[in-house]
Amino acid sequence: MLNRIRQKLEAAFPGAKVQVADTSAGHETHNSSGAHLAVSITYQGFAGKSLVEQHQMVYDALKEEMKEQVHALKIKTRTE
Amino acid sequence: MNQEIKKIIEEKINSSTVFLFMKGTPENPQCGFSAQVVGILNDLGIEFASFDVLSDENIRQGIKEYANWPTIPQLYINGKFIGGCDIVRELAASGELMELVTQ
Repeated sequence: MLNRIRQKLEAAFPGAKVQVADTSAGHETHNSSGAHLAVSITYQGFAGKSLVEQHQMVYDALKEEMKEQVHALKIKTRTE
Repeated sequence: MNQEIKKIIEEKINSSTVFLFMKGTPENPQCGFSAQVVGILNDLGIEFASFDVLSDENIRQGIKEYANWPTIPQLYINGKFIGGCDIVRELAASGELMELVTQ
């Protein structure tokens, strides 16, 4: 799943530097299904956009995954 | 979206300068991310009102659509959506959160 998510992000943000990590460990007792992921994206296209807009762009790119497979997504965006 | 739900959401976020949609209550958060935001607000001495989305499925789904934001918690200041846990933490670290509250 990590590979697919990275591919989706790289397709959505051309030229971006994308890192995806599974941080599910430590959440096993959490009363929910789905992975805990952390993504870090460096993308010039984020320039001039608010943090909310940047994170919305990430959520949009992963719309399908957010519905079920992903329980929590930690997002870090940078422009350079 | 459902206009009735939208009205309820807007009444809530306008009921307090700082309003948090969270899982559980500030005293008893039901999710680590909600707990983190409560902790940040408390550490900064920011007073806020909150709503437990686990108590109302319509509101829980409604605010995702309202803010175009798929996760909880969601923080609002002066009626404006500020962000979720990651953004709140970044804004707190940079001092911008305090600025937004005192504006």
